Amino acid sequence: MRVIAALSGGVDSAVAAARAIDAGHEVVGVHLALARVPGAGTGSRGCCSPADARDARRVADVLDIPYYVWDVSEEFSAEVIDDFVAEYDQGHTPHPCLRCNESIKFSVVLERARALGFDAVCTGHYARLVEGPEGRELHRAFDAAKDQSPVLSVLDADQLAGALFPLGESTKGEVRAEAAARGLRVADKPDSHDICFIPDGDTRGFLQQRLGDRPGDLVDVATGEVVGQHEGTYGFTIGQRRGLDLRVPTEAGDRRYVVDIDAASHRVYIGAHELLAVRRIDAERPRWCGPPPTEDLLGQIQFRAHAAPVDARVVVDGDRVSAHLAEAVHGVALGQALVMYAGSRVVGSATISGRAG
Amino acid sequence: MTDRRVYLDHAATTRLLPAAAQAWAAAAAQVGNPSSLHTSGRRARRLVEESRESIAEDLGVRPSEVVFTSGGTEADNLAVKGFAWLGDPLGRQGSRRRILASPIEHHAVLDAVLWLQEQGQPVEWIPVDALGRVDLDYLQQHLDSDVALCTVMWANNEVGTVQPVADIAAACREAGVPFHSDAVQALGALPLDLTLPGLTSVALSGHKIGAPVGVGALILDRDAALVPLQHGGGQEREVRSGTVDAASIAAFAVAVHEAVTEQVVSAAHMAMLRDRLIEGITGLAPDAVVNGDLVDRLPGNVHVTFPGCEGDALLMLLDAAGVECSTGSACTSGIPEPSHVLIAMGVDPRTARGSLRFSLSRNSTDADVDRVLEVLPAVLDRAARASSPRLRSRV
Repeated sequence: MRVIAALSGGVDSAVAAARAIDAGHEVVGVHLALARVPGAGTGSRGCCSPADARDARRVADVLDIPYYVWDVSEEFSAEVIDDFVAEYDQGHTPHPCLRCNESIKFSVVLERARALGFDAVCTGHYARLVEGPEGRELHRAFDAAKDQSPVLSVLDADQLAGALFPLGESTKGEVRAEAAARGLRVADKPDSHDICFIPDGDTRGFLQQRLGDRPGDLVDVATGEVVGQHEGTYGFTIGQRRGLDLRVPTEAGDRRYVVDIDAASHRVYIGAHELLAVRRIDAERPRWCGPPPTEDLLGQIQFRAHAAPVDARVVVDGDRVSAHLAEAVHGVALGQALVMYAGSRVVGSATISGRAG
Repeated sequence: MTDRRVYLDHAATTRLLPAAAQAWAAAAAQVGNPSSLHTSGRRARRLVEESRESIAEDLGVRPSEVVFTSGGTEADNLAVKGFAWLGDPLGRQGSRRRILASPIEHHAVLDAVLWLQEQGQPVEWIPVDALGRVDLDYLQQHLDSDVALCTVMWANNEVGTVQPVADIAAACREAGVPFHSDAVQALGALPLDLTLPGLTSVALSGHKIGAPVGVGALILDRDAALVPLQHGGGQEREVRSGTVDAASIAAFAVAVHEAVTEQVVSAAHMAMLRDRLIEGITGLAPDAVVNGDLVDRLPGNVHVTFPGCEGDALLMLLDAAGVECSTGSACTSGIPEPSHVLIAMGVDPRTARGSLRFSLSRNSTDADVDRVLEVLPAVLDRAARASSPRLRSRV
């Protein structure tokens, strides 16, 4: 195959590209310029020369493959960042990596790759592609600690057909060792965890710039009493305990959590942990990693990265999905992804729009 | 991928001349700092000075007017900042503070001027027309005794337009303003008259004419003064410090001699290939737009905008087909930027992104041109399909 290897500058994508070459594919390295961070550059150029792009270029040099930078910053801004801000604006907690995989890496980039005569986009995601009876299936990675199938759960059959994930059967340790053995100096780079377009990690500050100060009340959900103030609902997510800055403890001295967010009234509701308990999750805008299910799904769901999967019966009704859980879960935030599994296979995902005890 | 590579990016860098390589190797084998007084030092010094005299003779200037630098970028920075700082020794009112610059300069000039502007120095950008020629009337109207420096390149590195350097020099002379011109692309391609009245300094680069990377010169009028960029031993006329690189300078002298003596023949050869390539491209792609001045143009420059295509997609597909060229403008991280030159010429930024520069050398051949024209149709077809539909829809 002719393959575009997305090179982030990190160790995973580097080893993925190396393995794609070893598998006999004709590989071209591409670094995606997602967010333009002004600053570091000099004078007349509007772009910076980020260290990641340099690392990606170095990887391509070591692998002896062509290297290009594709500027998808406009699409990224429109599809991922705007969505991120809009979701927080509504009191939701979005997951930008899913949007990026759905709308950028396996959409804009894959389409462009195909138009240029390539067959697939190769990334360093930890997930497996398995050829099943009904077509290609997306499965969890063997390394449960690194499993990235949740952030890929938005890819449909056509997108999966154009994907290549060479790391799904490896552990992170193996990949690091292989990078070192291959002479890829990025082997020692730390993992990236943060949101890539908020390099300083200050999500609240990022949102404050875009949404402005929106002071409001912290309300005790049990008593209706205003127990504190906040600068904006976008600084909170369901299940959050830290950063509430509450000076008044409950009578019983219990810890208190964010249990609900009402962006319209600027209210953040707090309450006891048991109020977070959820037995049913409603979600919308499903994406199916293959043919859509024709009957109720008896499988597992996951609603947060690296959370333990929970047995569930998932009822699909057109554009709506309801997951009835075998046990209560806590901290389900609107806007996050409800990822549905049948064993290790990812059935699909949908955006969480409601929850019930 | 094909094994046959067609290299048409000589404006970026070109092959080392065998004679220059030999001169370099011979000199590099010798020990000796040209500033040392002993025999080895004197030998090195002699080589540097003979090279300086050779270059001066080839360019029609005095040996003392040849200031060796590490390349074109340093020569441009030395002139731009050096004149700007000299004109404004104390930042006083009434001193020479203004800078007049064209907006289509190479980054070595452009970014130096922008940096000075950030430091508070007033800058006026001389407009250019749709062909990339500076507006002489505007220039003349804005030249005055408070101008520290006027800088306009000899010929543009992207679109190839040759500037009315003699007219600009004459106007600057009349106003008593130092005039700097970046002639990096012009050397070897155009007849260079460095004795033009009013021309104060000229930047030259070695590796564009077959010398090694890392050597160049500022040709600086013997009566002109400027503030040095780097301080130290003052080896080069007290305006440029640092041990001079005798071996590279020897190679540079060889390359300058060849560039100047062969200029007429090379230019005719390149212009013939250039015109064939332009004709071929516009025949294959009738909507393609050739940028820059078709008459007053670098003989080796073909700069074309292909509407509906993105330059980086074209570049990638051509590279895969064995043809190496340039989009003309990319930042160090490789992110394609709309060219500041095309923007200044009034081209829409979106359209500007679909541009390619092919640059020829005197060793380019008809077969090179044939190969480009052979692979181009499929490349254009593919690139048009790969142009982002989302981007297109937003135009």
